[in-house]
Amino acid sequence: MTPLARSFWYAGSIAVTALVVVLWQAIADHGGIPPVFLPGPDRSWDALVAGLQGGDLARLTGATIERMVYGWILASLFGIALGALIGSSRLAREYIAPTLELVRPVPVSAFMPIVIAFIGLTGDMVLIVIAIGSIWPVLLATVHGVSAVEPRLVEVSRSLRLTRLATLWKIALPNAQPDILAGMRLGLTVSLILAVIGEMLTSEDGLGSYILLAGRTFHSADLFAGVILLGAIGLVSNLALQAIEHRMLRWTRR
Amino acid sequence: MSKLAKGILFPVLFLLAWEIVMRATRMQSDSLAPPSEIAAAFWRAALDGTLAQRTYETLRAALTGLAVGGGLAVVMSIALGLVPAFARLMRFSIEALRPVPSVALIPVAILVLGFGYAMEISLIAFSAFWPVLIYGHAAIVNIEPQLLEVSRVLRLGAFGRVTKIVLPAALPRYFVGFRLSAAVSLIIAVTVEIAANPMGVGHELMVASQSLHPDLMFAMVLWIGLVGWSLNAALLFAQRRLFGPAGAGVAAR
Repeated sequence: MTPLARSFWYAGSIAVTALVVVLWQAIADHGGIPPVFLPGPDRSWDALVAGLQGGDLARLTGATIERMVYGWILASLFGIALGALIGSSRLAREYIAPTLELVRPVPVSAFMPIVIAFIGLTGDMVLIVIAIGSIWPVLLATVHGVSAVEPRLVEVSRSLRLTRLATLWKIALPNAQPDILAGMRLGLTVSLILAVIGEMLTSEDGLGSYILLAGRTFHSADLFAGVILLGAIGLVSNLALQAIEHRMLRWTRR
Repeated sequence: MSKLAKGILFPVLFLLAWEIVMRATRMQSDSLAPPSEIAAAFWRAALDGTLAQRTYETLRAALTGLAVGGGLAVVMSIALGLVPAFARLMRFSIEALRPVPSVALIPVAILVLGFGYAMEISLIAFSAFWPVLIYGHAAIVNIEPQLLEVSRVLRLGAFGRVTKIVLPAALPRYFVGFRLSAAVSLIIAVTVEIAANPMGVGHELMVASQSLHPDLMFAMVLWIGLVGWSLNAALLFAQRRLFGPAGAGVAAR
């Protein structure tokens, strides 16, 4: 397909989305659904703009993003460090990796009540849960990437008499880079989900508590505005990481 | 030492150390219980029927949601796969909708449907929709062109082409999509129960945490993990048995 045809089709797909929004408006206006349950795009958009300009929405969005990013950075640092430790040692791989596989299928939100029991319904609790929850994709990807180095590269490091640390730093970690980045992208998705649930449970400032309150008080336009913002955070963060991944992995394609 | 023994050594030592430290220090805690008490709490919950009841509620919601979301995704992916123009036109809508975190829809579902099965199932269906859609679409796009030529030679109608050629060829990947969606379904079910919906194992876990019963709380976490692990193991086993190398050729996880 030529680039022109591709952008033509893409414009068409945007038009389809616009059509869906128009349909949503029509249903909201004439569909007989009470406006409490289904606000039209016009009212949702007004609520979004009003909230961002005069209200708290911008601050709450910032709080949620901050929580998500801090938790994710914590998880990524610990995940890569622990993963490198476990992945580069045969002993640790044999004795500890099976335990990780055992814990992995536990839904991460199930850790939340445990952390609540220890430190209560606080902002720290949310941060810790985000870190614990989004460490798994990074940790497992790093273990896999570091341990699956091509045998010839291992021989190279041996004949160069590299120390273990140097092998890890110069060969194993670069080798694991695609896995790690993919794991981090998954981890960011998880941390957004956990940030939202954590805010819902603790009523800490953020979009999670905002949409829960808006729903409970039947302010459905505000609720939809919050959901739209959360969708936008998910979309933008994912696109940004994809772009970073694309740039950083240029060397693997050659 | 066998591989299994090596793998199991660490958790066993960890549990032993946990038990010994808690007994030696006579620790009284609202957030921690020794493994022996956790096992006892688990046994009690298993005997008085709460465990079975709560697990039934969670699994019923998860599996119904999986069936609804996965079913819709199968229909949608066939349409996307067989009509490229449709796939191109839907691209932006799908890209815009997919990153919406399913938990952000919890308040919407509560508002419209109230608490109970309907709200939980609709959220699970939304989450379970995507893996099946993506794997299914990829499966159909990647079908051997020769197979489609065969269907043309045989003069199969649209319905015969889908049921006799497309679906059988795409089945292994659909299964992988469903396996991922099953894991997602259970996660979302437990998450919705912890965050809002008063039913199922997630709610039981939350109540145990807030009423300061650490023994029951850890027992429920272990049980949820065990259910998730068994579900995944069973589906992996089925995948290997049913599709063998055809299934293994698709991404491992």
